Amino acid sequence: MEKLNVSVSPHVRDNITTQNIMLDVLIAMIPMCAYGIWHFGIRVLLVILVSVLSAVISEAVFQKVLGRKILVSDFSAAVTGMIIALNVPVSIPIWMLVVGNVFAIVIVKGLYGGLGQNFMNPALAARCFMTISFTKAMTTWTLDAVATATPLEIARGMLKEQNAMMAVNKEYFDLAACFTGKIPGAIGEVSAIAILVGAIYLLAKKIITLRIPGVYILSFILFMIIFSPERNNFNYVVGHLLSGGLLFGAFFMATDYVTSPKAPAGQMIYAAFIGIMNGIFRLYGASAEGTSYSILLGNMITPLIDKYVITVSFGLDKKVFKDKKSE
Amino acid sequence: MYTFRGGVHPFEGKDITEDKAVINVSPKGEMVFAVDQHIGAPATVCVNVGDVVKKGQIIAEPSGFISANILSSVSGKVKSIEDRFSIQGTKSTCIVIENDNLDTWDEKWGPDKAISDDAWKEYTRDKIIEIVKDAGIVGLGGAAFPTHIKLNPKNFEEIDTVLINGAECEPYLTSDYRDMIESKDSLICGCKILQKVFPNAVIKICIEDNKPSAIKSLAELTANEEKISIVTLKTKYPQGGERQLIYAVTKRKVNSKKLPSEVNVIVDNVGTVVAIYDAVVRRIPLLGRVITCSGDAFLKPGNYYVPCGMNYLTFINETCPFIATPKKIINGGTMMGTAVADLDVPFSKKSNALLAFIEDDEDIYETTPCINCKRCMDVCPINLMPMSMMKCALSLQYEEYNRLNGLECIECGCCTYVCPAKRPLTQNFKMMKKKTSEYLKAKEAGK
Repeated sequence: MEKLNVSVSPHVRDNITTQNIMLDVLIAMIPMCAYGIWHFGIRVLLVILVSVLSAVISEAVFQKVLGRKILVSDFSAAVTGMIIALNVPVSIPIWMLVVGNVFAIVIVKGLYGGLGQNFMNPALAARCFMTISFTKAMTTWTLDAVATATPLEIARGMLKEQNAMMAVNKEYFDLAACFTGKIPGAIGEVSAIAILVGAIYLLAKKIITLRIPGVYILSFILFMIIFSPERNNFNYVVGHLLSGGLLFGAFFMATDYVTSPKAPAGQMIYAAFIGIMNGIFRLYGASAEGTSYSILLGNMITPLIDKYVITVSFGLDKKVFKDKKSE
Repeated sequence: MYTFRGGVHPFEGKDITEDKAVINVSPKGEMVFAVDQHIGAPATVCVNVGDVVKKGQIIAEPSGFISANILSSVSGKVKSIEDRFSIQGTKSTCIVIENDNLDTWDEKWGPDKAISDDAWKEYTRDKIIEIVKDAGIVGLGGAAFPTHIKLNPKNFEEIDTVLINGAECEPYLTSDYRDMIESKDSLICGCKILQKVFPNAVIKICIEDNKPSAIKSLAELTANEEKISIVTLKTKYPQGGERQLIYAVTKRKVNSKKLPSEVNVIVDNVGTVVAIYDAVVRRIPLLGRVITCSGDAFLKPGNYYVPCGMNYLTFINETCPFIATPKKIINGGTMMGTAVADLDVPFSKKSNALLAFIEDDEDIYETTPCINCKRCMDVCPINLMPMSMMKCALSLQYEEYNRLNGLECIECGCCTYVCPAKRPLTQNFKMMKKKTSEYLKAKEAGK
């Protein structure tokens, strides 16, 4: 008889792989890409292709230089590239996009040990890096090829004026435009509908759960209701929710496996923290945005959360003894 | 519907053998009986080379509190007493018996000494446990815990629930199902015997809902029984795990430091209950067991009653040949069974199913880095955090592993099964549990 395989149980595996998961995330971003192309023009396609390619190539080169196995076929670099593309304005110069991707893959991901080891979301870190380095290019928002302010910036300006004029219940946001996406902004974050379609796909495929996005959004709304000067204004609170990449951040970036806490309770603490930080940035920050920074701060407290928040093992909770007496 | 948190749904493969009636295999060739066919202390050999033994005769006696009798399944002559390998790959003392093919029964046992289905009602509780002990019965669910110990907890009067485990959640296995179909009367009578052993308990036969015909026929049989009922469980692996079963049916929780009897529950496998009936009423001790042979490498997959002591190779060559060269052979189910290196070993009470596959999943998939997807945590029936435990295992951090309650792991394999990165989680925890226990013991002793 030929030699038998001898291994430790279990002897069967589910057919899900890391590659499948990453592919599903890529598929979930197609609505946003499609809307971006339709809304901002064909240059979006170029931005996406360059971004994805530069992420994949920099990962391959990095792994080759380090003499490691080249693992680009797991699509994780492609996901990073795609998220970066959806996070930049359509007018971004191509070389800046490439620099951003190399930063994400080499500095944030590769140098910390590669897939699964980075402590910050590479795409988000790249976005912040690019915003700081190329401030002008990264904050020039266009609509129909005309540079204009984002809804958040407009609302902020109105709020300042309003304090002087003492007006109430103004229409700060055009909610319908925010929902469908007829607003200026980063390629992927303008259309709430496209984001939600992708999010529903991820939820249906069980790639993500509602825990992190749900708690994030709820805590953000709660913060706005408690602290915002326009707390009773439905238009103001919902407008904040629908604009500035909050939904994109909640469903596609805060849910990043690697940089979010493990235990369910820890995930809730993390999501609530991000929601509150985002509220603080929106109300008191220097820029009208804040989603990227709040998620990055959440990433940074993740190791701390993971250290202290662990699950309660079956049979070690207090209930175990009560059961016996109650019968 | 009763169920538990977590778990997975691996490919069942039960349709291959579920309709195959149990085929009786008669003993052939030299018979080898290991002294450690149960959990606990190995039995002490009580025969000498050259002795003539009878079928059902005790050839090794219990040597500690948790230990069991070893009985010869044939009559014949003791040829030698030597160390041999078992199906688990461990070496232990074995009694080799030359079968004389006469089937001479020991004076204590034999079909001619069978009693009527009611006569046992005169027996006391202690007498029943004595018979179970004499018959060398151990749990046939896989762990092979001596049944006479299990039937005799200190608080036997407090036991209010006896769960008969017919969940059979492991893929491919159908031996318990066949027992529930073919030996249903024995099973019900066995339950009544258990009622005598646990006077204040209700008996619940627990079956997963993928076995509707077993549920139906047993429900009909127990319709008029006051204290015996059927419980339908949701089909999910590892529903047949002791802690999961107890929780699903009674909502009581047992951890690694607790015995089921501490929450007033006893769990026995369907096969064990049939064995108890056989010993008490039919006067046939535990001499063999029903084994499911399945997988694509077998010509005739099916359910076989195989006598203990028979060589696996003899069985395969004579009764259940391979159709192709298997790549992997498993003793037990695909989730918790042990891979077999050599088939030139004897069947024992610890033997489980025999699965043989032409292809092995281990060959197909490659391990990639953990992406912290939390799927392992979501399916863990014990609600552990396997991805964190794995980090401890790779860096041998025993304290941290213990803080994460890694010792509570039941080694069910769900985490390894779902891992998209194909990481050997359960495999590492088995090693880590041992090492952490040793570490904690040493630390305790050092204090």
